[in-house]
Parts: sequence; C-alpha cells; structure tokens
Amino acid sequence: MIMDINDIICEENLVYRKSGLLLEKPFSYCPGCGHGTTHRIIMEVIEEMGIISNVIGVAPVGCSVIAYDFLNIDMVGAAHGRAPAVATGIKRVYPDKFIFSYQGDGDLAAIGTSETIHACNRGENLTMIFINNGIYGMTGGQMAPTTLDGMKTSTSPYGRDISSMGHPIKMTELLAQLEGTYYITRQAVHTASHVRKAKKAIRLAFENQKLNRGVSLVEVVSNCNSNWKLSPVKANQWMEENMFKFYPLGDIKVEGKLVEKVQKKENIERVGNTIKI
Amino acid sequence: MAELKLMKGNEAVAEAAVRAGADAYFGYPITPQSEILEYLMTEKAYERTGMVVLQAESELAAINMVYGAACTGKKVMTSSSSPGISLMQEGLSYLAGAELPCLIVNVVRAGPGLGAIQPSQADYFQSVKGGGHGDYRLLVLAPASVQEMSDFVPLGFDLALKYRNPVLILSDGLIGQMMEKVDLFEAKPRQMEIQENWTLSGRAGNRPKRTITSLDLDPVKMEKHNLHLQEKYKAMEANEVRYEALQCEDAEYIYVAYGASARICQKAVQLARAKGIKVGLLRPITLFPFPSLPLFNLADQVKGMLSVEMSAGQMVEDVRLAVNGKVKVEHYGRYGGMIHSPTEVLQALENKLINA
Repeated sequence: MIMDINDIICEENLVYRKSGLLLEKPFSYCPGCGHGTTHRIIMEVIEEMGIISNVIGVAPVGCSVIAYDFLNIDMVGAAHGRAPAVATGIKRVYPDKFIFSYQGDGDLAAIGTSETIHACNRGENLTMIFINNGIYGMTGGQMAPTTLDGMKTSTSPYGRDISSMGHPIKMTELLAQLEGTYYITRQAVHTASHVRKAKKAIRLAFENQKLNRGVSLVEVVSNCNSNWKLSPVKANQWMEENMFKFYPLGDIKVEGKLVEKVQKKENIERVGNTIKI
Repeated sequence: MAELKLMKGNEAVAEAAVRAGADAYFGYPITPQSEILEYLMTEKAYERTGMVVLQAESELAAINMVYGAACTGKKVMTSSSSPGISLMQEGLSYLAGAELPCLIVNVVRAGPGLGAIQPSQADYFQSVKGGGHGDYRLLVLAPASVQEMSDFVPLGFDLALKYRNPVLILSDGLIGQMMEKVDLFEAKPRQMEIQENWTLSGRAGNRPKRTITSLDLDPVKMEKHNLHLQEKYKAMEANEVRYEALQCEDAEYIYVAYGASARICQKAVQLARAKGIKVGLLRPITLFPFPSLPLFNLADQVKGMLSVEMSAGQMVEDVRLAVNGKVKVEHYGRYGGMIHSPTEVLQALENKLINA
C-alpha cells in the first residue's frame, strides 16, 4: 500500500508544532543564534500556561530590538537599558498581569545596570530574560560588560585587557545577592537537552509571578557566531569551552535562597585561576 | 468634595493628582519640588484612590516607569526640577515618539549644571523646542498661581490623552514653593476601564497584538510617522492656544510674561498705570502652542513689547517670531535664581522701550 503524505502528516503522528504565538515573519537573527530558540520557548511557555491575554513583554535595544515583530503578544519597545523600569511601570499598574523583559548583556549589564539592580532590589514581581553572548551583536561586535578576559572584539581587537578595560561582570550572581530576587538561574539553548532545561526554567520564572515574591531571572548564555567570527557549530564549541567556564550553568537562587556552595566550588575548580573569590 | 485650602504650589499639584484620578506617580527627590512625592506619601494616595506612588532610583528610571505605565492608557505622571528633567529628556523623546500620554511637572530652578535651587525660567527652550532628540513637541502649560498648579493637573491629563502626547506643566521654584489660597476641585474616581484601541493589556480573545515603539527601521515609514506627529502638533496649534490678556485694550506697551514673571508684571502694570503709562500684560498659558496670533495682532496697536523672563532671554525669540518685525521687542530678566522686582520690570520698560 502506498501511503499518501497526508496520511503521515496527521494529528496522532505529531511530535512537534510551531507555537501559535510565533508569527509567520522569518527571524532576522543570524542562523545559529540563540535568540530565535529563546523566543520560541518563551512563546511555548506562554501558550502552555494559557496566559496570552495577560502577558505584556518589554523588548530591549540590541539584536532583539524588534522581538515584537516575531511574537504574537502585546509588547513595548524600551529605550536602551530601561526595560526593567518600563516593566516596573506596567506591573505596578497591572499587578495581576504577567510582565517580562528581554534583554541582552549590553542592555542589562552595562547601560541598564542601575535599572536592573533597583528593579531586582525592590523585588518587582517580574520575569527577566537575560541573553548573554559576551558581545554587542547589533552594533557589530563591540566589547560588552560580559566579554571574557582576552576575548577579541571590534573595540578590544587585541583581546580584552582587564587591567585597563575592567573585568567581565557576573551580573546574575550579583543580582542573586539582592533580597528582592526569588529565582535566578543560568541556562543555555544550543542543544536539545539544554533547550528543555531552559524552557523549564522560563516556565518556573513565569509561574513565580503568581507568588508575588520578587524577580525571577533566567540568564541564557548564548553565542554570537557572526561577531565571534566562527561557524555556528564552532561558536557553540567555543561557548562550551570558554563561556560556560566563566558563566557556569545551573540554578543560583531558588525560592529566594542561594543554592549551596558545593556546586560553586566545582565551578571554581573548573575555571582555575581566571576568577578570584 | 470641593474644598478651599491654603497650600504650597507643589502640594496643590499632588492633591490635584489624587483628585484627578491619577493612576500612578513615579518620581525622584529634587529641590524645589520634593513636596510632591512627600505629599503623595504622607496623604496616603494609595489608600485614598489606589493610585500607585513609587520613589524611583533616578529620574531616568522614573520617566521610564512612566513610559511603561503609560502604555496601558492609564493616567500617569512624574515631577522633577531642571537637572532631573534634563535626565528625563531621553524618555520624553521616546514617549513623544511612541505617542504615549503622560503628565510631567517641572518646577524649574536655576542652571546651567547643578545651578541653584532658587526659581528660574531658563528651561523654556528645553520645554517648548523639543528637549530630547528628534522632531517632537510637548504640550506645555505654564501655571502662574497655586490655583493653576491644581487646575492644570486634570487639564494636563485630558490634553495628554486627547493627543496621545506628553504634557509638561512648566512651573518654577516660586510658584512651587509659595502658599496661596486654592479652590480644590471635586475628586473624580479613577477610570478603571480603558477602551482605547492602542493600549497594552495582554492580547485578549482574537484581537490583533499591539506593539508600542518609537522605532521603525524603514525610513519611508518613519517619515510618515514624523509627518503624522507634525500634523498632531499643528492640531494643537489650531485648538489649544491659551493665554490671558490683562489691560491690553488701550495698551501702548505690553509685557509678555508667563508663570512667576507674569505675577511680577501684573504688579508692574499697576505701577505703570499709576504713573500714567498705558501698559498691558499678555500672559501665555500654553507655551507650546504659543499665542503667536494674539501677539501678532497686538503688534499693530502697541509701540513695543517687553518679554520678561527669569532667563537670559528665551521666550523673547518666540515673541519676535510672532510679531515678525512689526514692532520692537526687548527682553528683561534676572537669572541664576534671582527674581526681578516689579520696580525693576517697570524701569526696564522705560529704559528699553519708552525712553530708548
């Protein structure tokens, strides 16, 4: 018997469906970039939670500046670095709605440091998604606050020299110290298993808004193959070998409590001399 | 309930915000306007109406909280004084670009830089010519009494929502700090249901998603958006000009002054009239849109105009543009936080126009 294609493409054989909250517009992101995957899992979480009519997102300045063009939800574009303040404004007048911000490292950890720290410190009941790829993608690969020691960028062409350019900032660990943060985790989206874990974390970060206990932040360590000047596959390898050493994956704060130091010790050993505790 | 009270200008703004049904205030302390945030906290605005009152970590954060809350179509406001308003210019440009309604109060102090905490009117350019980057205008109201500090709050909210544009109340340290009798209007309830078709609330049912942004990467669309904004500013110029003419009917000379300077000029008019000099006062109430036409018409009747401002001469440029060379226009004003006296203002008129 010859099977028709329509016999195969049917509901009972379905293993994956594109989220209805992703619009038909193709992503403007480079192939291999983590933004598209992260957008997808956020939309899947919102869809699965059934909270579309109560979600408002805040887009940043950077590669994801037009995130709202791909996502079929209500969104507002913030000025560079100001997303946590904008999200605060919305959440304070709509305390029962789910408000999330989506920011890159330049946005969240450089120009918007003040807004980030104070929104976290006030314990705003928000979900923050933080994409950390150690570089300014949109403007063409300049040094970011999270650029690793020795990493080459267009404004550190001979490698980041920490003696004059300062240290890469572990924003997520820093925010975990604040009383106003409830859930802080660091994830990645470059393999299927990492995507599953990241999605679980994002789901929890949204669920937490029902508790009104403060900020839930998911950092996604991602790549920027175009500006790292590597192929997508090599970029992911480089990310695993270098980024994950300095920015180790895993939960940092859960239910308002810092995760035990056992895990952290491991990290220190892995990194060797490049960090000081 | 309507009420007659003796209040500071800043307190009147705060009380009026609660009575006008404001949904949120975000602000950062700065002299000489900190009483606004203090009053809202002390008088428990939240308990009275459910209004959100939040002290932000900076003016930068405050204006962006306003931006976020304004996306919902609710009545949101902030207040500050000159250096803080400078910090807010980025946000104001975004608010104007994204067409978000909100109310901003600037209780002006002397500049430039940290300047001084005394009254000034040197933020005129910043207020009426844009202030931040790009082609945009704020609708600017200039109160000259504590009464107007109160009345312009609901008026400001109405105009902001009507035009989907930020409205600025340009006050000064004198009007903000002085105490006067104020007839407080009856409190209106907060509007809980928002029916506008542009506000963010979450994409309910089958309605299309809504996006609020000032960005368009396509310059063709961006030009269209700019043309739309310009049309809106023209509509403001056609419909919203407000001014007060005092003893202008038979005037041979007129003072043009707003805010605290208008109060001082009012006295100077009395002094001049007592000396037999026929002087009037034209007080712009809206600074953008500027009352150009009434000034243009008065130019046929008077021998000269004196723009009196606590600045080195900013509004005087708009007065000159308005009369378009028909009549001599001079400027007089003290600055750096110094306030001119009615006698000084009268002398300036005599020296610069009558005996010149």
